[in-house]
Amino acid sequence: MKTLALAWRYLWSRPLGAALNVLLLSLGLASITFLLLVGHQLSRAFDRDLAGIDVVVGAKGSPMQLILSGVLHIDVPPGNVPLQAVRALEKHPMVASVIPISLGDNFRGYRIVGTSHAYLTHYEATLAQGRLWDAPMQVVLGATAAAKLGATLGQRFVGTHGLGAGGHAHGDSAYTVVGILAPSGSVLDRLILTDSASVWKVHEDFTALDDDDRKAMEEDREVTMALVKYKTPMAALSFPRYVNTSTEMQAAAPALEISRLLNMLGLGTDVLRAFAGVLLLTAALSVFIALWSAVRERRGDLALLRMLGAPPAKVAALLLCEAVWLGLLAAALGLLLGQGFAAALGWFLKLDTTLLIGGMVWPSELAVVPALALGVSLGAALLPALGAYRVSVLELLQGR
Amino acid sequence: MIRTQGLRYQYPNGPLLAFPDVEVPQGAVLLLSGPSGCGKSTWLALVAALVAPTAGALVVADQPLNALKSVAADAWRARAIGFLPQRLHLSAALSVYQNLAMAQWAAGQPEDTSRIHAALQTLGVADLAQRKPGELSGGQAQRVALARAVLLQPRVILADEPTASLDDASAAQAVGLLLSAALQQGATLVIATHDARVAGLIAPDTHDQIGIQPSWLLRMSL
Repeated sequence: MKTLALAWRYLWSRPLGAALNVLLLSLGLASITFLLLVGHQLSRAFDRDLAGIDVVVGAKGSPMQLILSGVLHIDVPPGNVPLQAVRALEKHPMVASVIPISLGDNFRGYRIVGTSHAYLTHYEATLAQGRLWDAPMQVVLGATAAAKLGATLGQRFVGTHGLGAGGHAHGDSAYTVVGILAPSGSVLDRLILTDSASVWKVHEDFTALDDDDRKAMEEDREVTMALVKYKTPMAALSFPRYVNTSTEMQAAAPALEISRLLNMLGLGTDVLRAFAGVLLLTAALSVFIALWSAVRERRGDLALLRMLGAPPAKVAALLLCEAVWLGLLAAALGLLLGQGFAAALGWFLKLDTTLLIGGMVWPSELAVVPALALGVSLGAALLPALGAYRVSVLELLQGR
Repeated sequence: MIRTQGLRYQYPNGPLLAFPDVEVPQGAVLLLSGPSGCGKSTWLALVAALVAPTAGALVVADQPLNALKSVAADAWRARAIGFLPQRLHLSAALSVYQNLAMAQWAAGQPEDTSRIHAALQTLGVADLAQRKPGELSGGQAQRVALARAVLLQPRVILADEPTASLDDASAAQAVGLLLSAALQQGATLVIATHDARVAGLIAPDTHDQIGIQPSWLLRMSL
């Protein structure tokens, strides 16, 4: 019989107590798992989607809204900006590249983004099927969007006005699927990409009363925002100020806004972390009480083990092994619960299709969970194990 | 074999216990009697190398215990001493079989299924192997505890108050089992008791069928 097997049997000789201790410990660990998972996935999403974008230029309003809507595609944009103004930015000496982004429609919840091929190049997207668009009303679907929509090459569909469900359909302007991207893990996976001209065409067709009206609209074309890359890092000092003071647009730096967002989230994270800490502390106390009671209840049994030749360290190891089992079971349950919480959050807030936050993700940071579980359970078991180590056989003999 | 000479034990902040000299040949039976608190348990603890004597010489199963260090004492005890405690202390969390396997674990030996079954068979409780101690009668539990005590074929069996709270018939059976198991293994048997009935139960003429000889029965009163 192995020490671990014996400890397992002793542990489950008090099934209710053992189950409650495992549950209590696992709730604390689940909270930690949840925080680690969400933090990891948020950080990965931000790193992935914000990489290489120095500043986003769009309509005045909330800069964070501009970043969330234009880069991460999880919010509505503050408005549109004139195409001419964006074209002017391309000529600015500090600007290396400008990628236009036009939003306005969706197809079954997946955003239709009017842009240029440079947008795909920026995220190093590769085609899994078909080709890129070479004319308006042709679309290339991101891998997730294509899979969820069951899209195939040559398929035609009409977009719906707005960025969420419930808008009216642009029935006369059908898109044709000409390409499907390979999964890239970036925001492109969940977008439907087309030429900027497609978005203008759909809305001009829909709203123009006659040809004169259409011509007037063509002259006043707009985009939602532009993703700008600097020629030099020094541009960060002056370019946003130039845009904010000299144009009708605003410039928002993704790094700054995301840092602000994380600071705002930080308060909630701290509260959750403190809550998880309290849970873990309570669980540690509960494990301590359970093992301490076990030593008191089994004093005779433990003394008998000494009488049968078990060294004190072996008797103490039996208690520590019970703690190891508690820790391992709680770690397994805590990890699964944490994954479940993250999946539920992703599903409930629809982040599983936007920021790609969900469950069943196993970043290396999660290794801290079993380590924490074992640390807490073994820490709580130290005093009881010392009690087991010092158990008196003479007391057993004297019938006390 | 147990041999003591000038054996004394001083409790910290307690009394000094002085024990009479005794020499118990291998395979003999020692009836250790005396009222509660007279030092029977302390003498058993000394013989089992659980505590070191304050003074005197002590040799058990050919092993001088005075110089034995703690770790070596544990290993020696596992090999040499079988113990039947008063309250039996069968673990309620384990089956009968597992209680015996636990004894092998405590002694640092690998689990030996055939030996466990043989010990249970000898004591007539092989059919109870998978039961939990809570499902056993008092007599069955005592047989299982005795099977655990003799499992590792010790050279000395220490029985602490084996008849306490047993009726006459059960007490006779318990003593008979102990004598039988000890004689079968050629082990020295020490019965520590304050139960006056045991002296009569252990008398050689009541155990003719076992074959105990009058010269092999020693008594020590504390």
